[in-house]
Amino acid sequence: MTQTAPRPATSSRSAGAPVDGANAYVSGRLPRWAAPGLTAACLGGAITVMALLAAAGAIAEFSLVLAIAIGTIASIVLVTAISLMAEGRRAATNRFMIALVISAFVLALLPLVSVLSTVLVNGSARFDLEFFTWSMRSVIGEGGGALHAIVGTLQITAWATLISVPIGLFAAIYLVEYGRGPLARAITFFVDVMTGIPSIVAGLFAYALFVLIFGEGVRMGFAGSVALSVLMIPVVVRSSEEMLKLVPDELREAAYALGVPKWLTIAKVVLPTAAAGIITGITLAIARVIGETAPLLIVAGFTASMNYTVFSERMQSLPVFVYTQYANPGSDVEFYLERAWAGALTLIIIVMALNLIARLITRLFQPKAGR
Amino acid sequence: MSKRIEVRDLNVYYGSFKAVEDVTLTIEPRSVTAFIGPSGCGKSTFLRTLNRMHEVIPGARVEGEVLVDGNNLYGKGVDPVLVRRQVGMVFQRPNPFPTMSIADNVLAGVKLNNRRIAKSDAEALVETSLRGANLWNEVKDRLDRPGSSLSGGQQQRLCIARAIAVEPEVILMDEPCSALDPISTLAIEDLIEELKTEYTIVIVTHNMQQASRVSDKTAFFNIAGTGKPGKLIEYDETATIFSNPSVKATEDYVSGKFG
Repeated sequence: MTQTAPRPATSSRSAGAPVDGANAYVSGRLPRWAAPGLTAACLGGAITVMALLAAAGAIAEFSLVLAIAIGTIASIVLVTAISLMAEGRRAATNRFMIALVISAFVLALLPLVSVLSTVLVNGSARFDLEFFTWSMRSVIGEGGGALHAIVGTLQITAWATLISVPIGLFAAIYLVEYGRGPLARAITFFVDVMTGIPSIVAGLFAYALFVLIFGEGVRMGFAGSVALSVLMIPVVVRSSEEMLKLVPDELREAAYALGVPKWLTIAKVVLPTAAAGIITGITLAIARVIGETAPLLIVAGFTASMNYTVFSERMQSLPVFVYTQYANPGSDVEFYLERAWAGALTLIIIVMALNLIARLITRLFQPKAGR
Repeated sequence: MSKRIEVRDLNVYYGSFKAVEDVTLTIEPRSVTAFIGPSGCGKSTFLRTLNRMHEVIPGARVEGEVLVDGNNLYGKGVDPVLVRRQVGMVFQRPNPFPTMSIADNVLAGVKLNNRRIAKSDAEALVETSLRGANLWNEVKDRLDRPGSSLSGGQQQRLCIARAIAVEPEVILMDEPCSALDPISTLAIEDLIEELKTEYTIVIVTHNMQQASRVSDKTAFFNIAGTGKPGKLIEYDETATIFSNPSVKATEDYVSGKFG
């Protein structure tokens, strides 16, 4: 329990202040370093004790994860107990909750960091020029690349976006600006149902559709785009709907009061105001479908060769490339696994680039405020 | 370019709820008419029926007639868009378009309607409208800055400039000063005084001094109780309403005895 030295009493002090000159609002506070210091001490202590026990042969094996878990729990209990004695109940509850929140944050972050670092370490082995300039045509064992899969993923996703964005955006505009009554409620309900649709069902739907047109055994990239857009449309509708709802009615009324018809108000006032959020939503929807494997496995098939057109023949995509490299390795397993990791890394980098672009666009389109 | 408004037996509904009952009054051209009354008495609702903004709210409807120079706004086949180009409106909270610059906000009525306008004409229109709204001197050096960069009072005058840029016959103002400080309020009251030489102005206000300062005629609305419709109690020269009203309720309200 540390306290700053009491300020010297002045003669002009108002009535009611404590006679001894202490500030009435000062109460016991732990120093700032107390909580982080205690946590570090607990973690260090737990690891040391565990290491000593392992060295002495008292426990079978040294486990860092277990040590950190024990240390964390110990530090939460200790910090709360000390705070309870020194600072009182309210401050102790506060410290306990902060500790829980931080622990939850770290727990949530761990798998992300773990996935990223694993993919980065394993994927960098084959992350070279050949990987981006070669297909897998007549490659057995070493070498080869994923150019055909990258081209396929970009084209299939681009077509899926081209299909989904107009449908999704117009559906959202209908729901927010025009939709009333049972039809709007039905659309909202089915969009909600569609957001939870399993991707394999979307793939089978697209396959069934294209079999009706082209006959049994059809495979093409465009069918993959259709399957992905089934998954993408509900996400676009939902996010655009929320963004359009955020546009204040005052702006719509301001435009109406100037004699602007409703459709021009939507096109020139509502959409530009919501543009930043809508674009972010679309980018997130793209990121959601770009890693889909199951539907593409069914309708786009897999191939080792380049295919630049989505409208005929099988088309490889990055997730399917990763899957086939892992599932059908040749005699030299190591080369196939390295290619799979590099494919995964490429996919993550594409998604990350999409997110960065979305942020950039958000900043560019955001209504300028401030003075 | 200003018009006479005649309202006959107007009832206004939100769904099945009757918000305003049986209003009949005549608003003279080139005059300022103030609507006063306690909150919820339907004066803003009534104001919004004068340019068909009322029906923007789902379930809202109107019975009766509003004649602007003899043309019934609620007649068959009337296009609300054309009505609103004749009868402009300024809202309670300043609402400049956040994606547009100051100049584009003034030109919004032209640009949003996809009308072509020569660059020199556009510049002239921006200047005359901003001068008309007493804002030109304050913003002439930063016309390309966003409209939201202005202060609240300036934003409200920008909204007025935007409204007069489409050259309406009538300007409706729904508590235009309620979010503003006294100095901005004074600027807007001066502006109303100037605008009335060319436009018919109808203003809703909670500020009785403001009503007595700016208006030629005043209409007092009141409500019998919650859930009951608002009614027009008295409509007369402003001087009469504030000095010698004929209805007891009006006298009580303007002298501050209730409300």
